[in-house]
Amino acid sequence: MAFDVEFALSTLPAFVSAVGVTLQVGFIAIGTSLCVALINAAITAFGWPILRPLVRVYVELARNTPLLIQLFFIYFALPALGIRLSGFASAIIAMTFMGGAYLTEILRAGIDAVPRSQIESGLSIGLSRWQLLRHVILPQAGILSLPALFANFIFLLKETTVVSAVAVPEILYTTKSYIALYYKTYEMLAVMTGLCVLLFVPMSLLLRLIERRLQHGQFGS
Amino acid sequence: MASSGLELLWVSAPQLAQGIGRTLGISLLAIVFSSVGGFIYGVLRNLGVRWIDGVLRVYLELFRAIPVLVWLYLFFFGLPIFIGWSIPGFWCAVLVLSLWGASETGEVVRGALRSIPGGQREAGLAIGLRQLQLYGRVLLPQALRRMTPPLINVFTRLIKTSSLAVLIGVVDVIKIGQQIIERTYESVLIYGFLFVFFFLACYPLSAASRVLERRWNHS
Repeated sequence: MAFDVEFALSTLPAFVSAVGVTLQVGFIAIGTSLCVALINAAITAFGWPILRPLVRVYVELARNTPLLIQLFFIYFALPALGIRLSGFASAIIAMTFMGGAYLTEILRAGIDAVPRSQIESGLSIGLSRWQLLRHVILPQAGILSLPALFANFIFLLKETTVVSAVAVPEILYTTKSYIALYYKTYEMLAVMTGLCVLLFVPMSLLLRLIERRLQHGQFGS
Repeated sequence: MASSGLELLWVSAPQLAQGIGRTLGISLLAIVFSSVGGFIYGVLRNLGVRWIDGVLRVYLELFRAIPVLVWLYLFFFGLPIFIGWSIPGFWCAVLVLSLWGASETGEVVRGALRSIPGGQREAGLAIGLRQLQLYGRVLLPQALRRMTPPLINVFTRLIKTSSLAVLIGVVDVIKIGQQIIERTYESVLIYGFLFVFFFLACYPLSAASRVLERRWNHS
């Protein structure tokens, strides 16, 4: 069959905005997930009595269920409870729910890796717990968990494809709707694959580079 | 609501069981194929043959970088037009998850093999073992401890990712649930059930992985 170049080109504006939506959902979700993770890390580090087990429960629930189910629950089940959210809002909330848990685990591992002596020295020179977290623990834990954090940022960007299931007009949703409208399966699959390769392969290679650099650098230890 | 909700789940149990069977079927088949493929990948990468390494690295990068859902669409919509094969959604999901899973398990196996001291390989070769014996009797058994916890994590990811099969029209547990919702409007109950179902399928595995990791790291 012939590749309809003209048709493929005519869809480009739609795909440009689709890439925009993908990046928008991805970066917002990364930001909100990071906020959730920092709060959880502080709770875990301070050892607040009731909140700490709650963080554990949240992390286990979010990490052991598929994003698709979390998304469907928010988008299709919450309206029955009187909470009606747009596809975009549902996507951000679901991705934050999942991403927050993953990033919490990474920060926790980073905090655990900070040597005890650092914390003890901090306490012995009279730092408050907040100062200790801000000036001693988090900077070191942040560097230690940097490769894993980057890996998860890219993971979150890739997971944005799943939110096509609730009609967020990102790359996959745009592909599917064009296929449904014009039956140009061949062209649309080619555009989808091309965009994904352009978007995700460089990220993946960059990640490999960062991992290698940080492994050799051994910052913070 | 609570009693009628449980009643609905009870009445729908045979239907749900069918969907659960299909979801777990995809996951289990993908786990088996990924493990086999991953071991082959890990050993091949470990041989250090240039061109094999190159080919496998391209495969790894593609399956790592491009999201699973994109692969699902490519295979499901693309295979019929590119090579004229039309495979059922179920087998399409098994195929894609296996290819993706094999790249993930493969990297775990490769990493575990690489962590074994070089003296082991040299000693094996020195007493005249052939490659197959070297891997089967010396290297892989030692690597098994190191790779088991991360392998289990890959398996839980496979189970979670099998949920995407519903998006290429597989009548899995999610689709069955959606059909029940269409009849009864019990969306909270059904999605709650699906949430619990996946949690019960994955949590024991990830807990086991954590326990094993802690135990084997200390010994």
